Amino acid sequence: MKNLWFHLMPYKELPDEFREEHPSVWVNIDSRLFDPERAHVMYNEFMDELEYAAEVGFDGICVNEHHSNGYGMMPSPNLIASTLARRTSDAALCVMGNSLALYNPPVRVAEEFAMLDCISGGRLIAGFPVGSPMDTAFAYGQNPSMLRDRYYEAHDLVMKAWQEEDTFSFNGRFNKLRYVNVWPRPVQKPHPPIWIPGGGSIETWRWCAELDYVYSYLSYFGYKLGLKTMQGFWEEMDKLGKDRNPYRAGFLQFVGVAETHEEALALYKEPAEYFYGRCLHVSPTFVQPPGYTTEATIRARVQSQIVAAATKERSKQHSGGGFGGGATTWEEIVEAGYVIVGTPDEVAERIKEVCTNLNVGNLMLLLQFGNMDHDLTKYNTKLYAEQVLPQVRDLFSEWENRWWPRPMASEARHAPSEVA
Amino acid sequence: MEERYVSFNGVEARVWEQGEGEPVVFLPGFMGLPKWIPFLDLLAEQRRVIVPSLPGFPGAAGHQQLDELSDWVVATLEILEAATDGPVDLIASSVAAALALEVAATNRPLIKRLVLIGPFGIYDEADPAPDPWAQRPGPKSYPGLLCARPERFEELWSKPDDAEEIEWQIIQIRGREAAARYLWPLGDTGILKRAYRLTQPMLLIRGSEDKLIPASYLEKLKAAVPGEAAIQELAGAGHLVELDEPEALAGSINQFLG
Repeated sequence: MKNLWFHLMPYKELPDEFREEHPSVWVNIDSRLFDPERAHVMYNEFMDELEYAAEVGFDGICVNEHHSNGYGMMPSPNLIASTLARRTSDAALCVMGNSLALYNPPVRVAEEFAMLDCISGGRLIAGFPVGSPMDTAFAYGQNPSMLRDRYYEAHDLVMKAWQEEDTFSFNGRFNKLRYVNVWPRPVQKPHPPIWIPGGGSIETWRWCAELDYVYSYLSYFGYKLGLKTMQGFWEEMDKLGKDRNPYRAGFLQFVGVAETHEEALALYKEPAEYFYGRCLHVSPTFVQPPGYTTEATIRARVQSQIVAAATKERSKQHSGGGFGGGATTWEEIVEAGYVIVGTPDEVAERIKEVCTNLNVGNLMLLLQFGNMDHDLTKYNTKLYAEQVLPQVRDLFSEWENRWWPRPMASEARHAPSEVA
Repeated sequence: MEERYVSFNGVEARVWEQGEGEPVVFLPGFMGLPKWIPFLDLLAEQRRVIVPSLPGFPGAAGHQQLDELSDWVVATLEILEAATDGPVDLIASSVAAALALEVAATNRPLIKRLVLIGPFGIYDEADPAPDPWAQRPGPKSYPGLLCARPERFEELWSKPDDAEEIEWQIIQIRGREAAARYLWPLGDTGILKRAYRLTQPMLLIRGSEDKLIPASYLEKLKAAVPGEAAIQELAGAGHLVELDEPEALAGSINQFLG
């Protein structure tokens, strides 16, 4: 299985009374809480952490895109990925991803991803999220009623731009371009692997199956709730006649490892409570812009208990007024499985169990979360890499992974020169 | 009340009608009308009242084919032409008023006089209108936002016994989506650029308790049109004046239309 180290890049110094005194961590978060000089330190530590994860042996490092968001400081994940392309040599660069409908023209995504693939020597995983309502409809003012159609059209444009050798014109519903000719082109042919981050929409599952893309379920609520959604995903794959190759799927999980169980509980309490308390304090007014969720999905959610449960949990995530019955204290967070904590052996056992039960071959690990400091993040990362990774790496080795980057041969790749 | 359907370009749109005399069209406001309302009875005492549904609002489909404002203007024109026999007086509320303004500016002969209730179509950074779509999910937000008498909105949207729960919810979401399609994100259609073509006599009405459309927007519109325009504020009414103060509203309109 593949272990990917995922960074959200949270602002780590939201005040203690953030929930009580501020309306939302997203969209209208108070800019006066942002100290650019502190962010200077945070960004550089975060990039060090991603580079460290690559160095100690994680298969991939992940970045993603958020706007006006206090727990995700990457409006442009491509900027971060470009530095990682230079400072790492073998890890896959998983940009999870660029919200296609936000780029005008979307050719920009084809260009920047191709640049990343060239600079990194073919290590890019290209993530194409629709984007959350907060990011797209509110922070970026996109019409929620047209977002999905724009997304699908932008996808078609980007894919054609990567593969069509001749300059072409594109007469889309939303994009009209006389000359499309992406320069540079990606190293990976016909294109980098495509991963689709999603919630629990059946339409997205079907789309991923049809186009042979990886579906990645990015939930903050752990494996217990994720199980229902992933069962629904695999049942849908069965219906569509697709095999149960675990590399078709990705899953996000928070993990905290320490020498002893007690130590793990003590070390990760504060960052977890910071994340689930302050970082997920999202105003409910930004959760459901009209038209963002299709009528088909609304009907399907009502009819399907599987997806309804996931939806309910997501709405808790963004409830803004507590978790609406979800976990609020550290004990509940651990009990609910939002965070897997324990010794390396305990964590490895749990990871194997989770990945087997959910049948996911791509595990995206949040080993930095909330206000976890740099040293603890490195400790968590190192212990996982040295003592958990060797125990879980061979899981699913019987399956072919057709969704992983195919980089240039290492001897053909150019290493950055030392600065004089 | 009689119900019929008109069709254009593959879209079916419901048309309600009641009363006799000079025709007047009413285009319903935010989220449209799932039921006939007392205001229409009052209006129909003196006139032939025609109430078409615009795409995506209760009674009509097809909003997802309409991408640009020009698509919406053409659809509104089609529906007006199909539902009426020629030039008419037009009353439009809230989000529909934005389209009424466009149609009146584009096709002057079709619209004789305009009555606009809490009209969308303008946004002013100096007097920002609140975001009508950034609302808490669930049934609690909209009644108090749209009406000074929230119970009237709740009654309008109470589920009939024969309606399916999920479909009833979807009709409401769709009605909000339809308006968002041409008004997202600010509610500004750019009508002020075209307002010089609005030569029709115009009555601009606003509920004194309207939480969505600032009073200054009606002033801006009045200042921008070359035709006669009067502003009337109706005390005690919220955004959907037709629900909150039907008698006062019908009185003002009858006086204006004569």
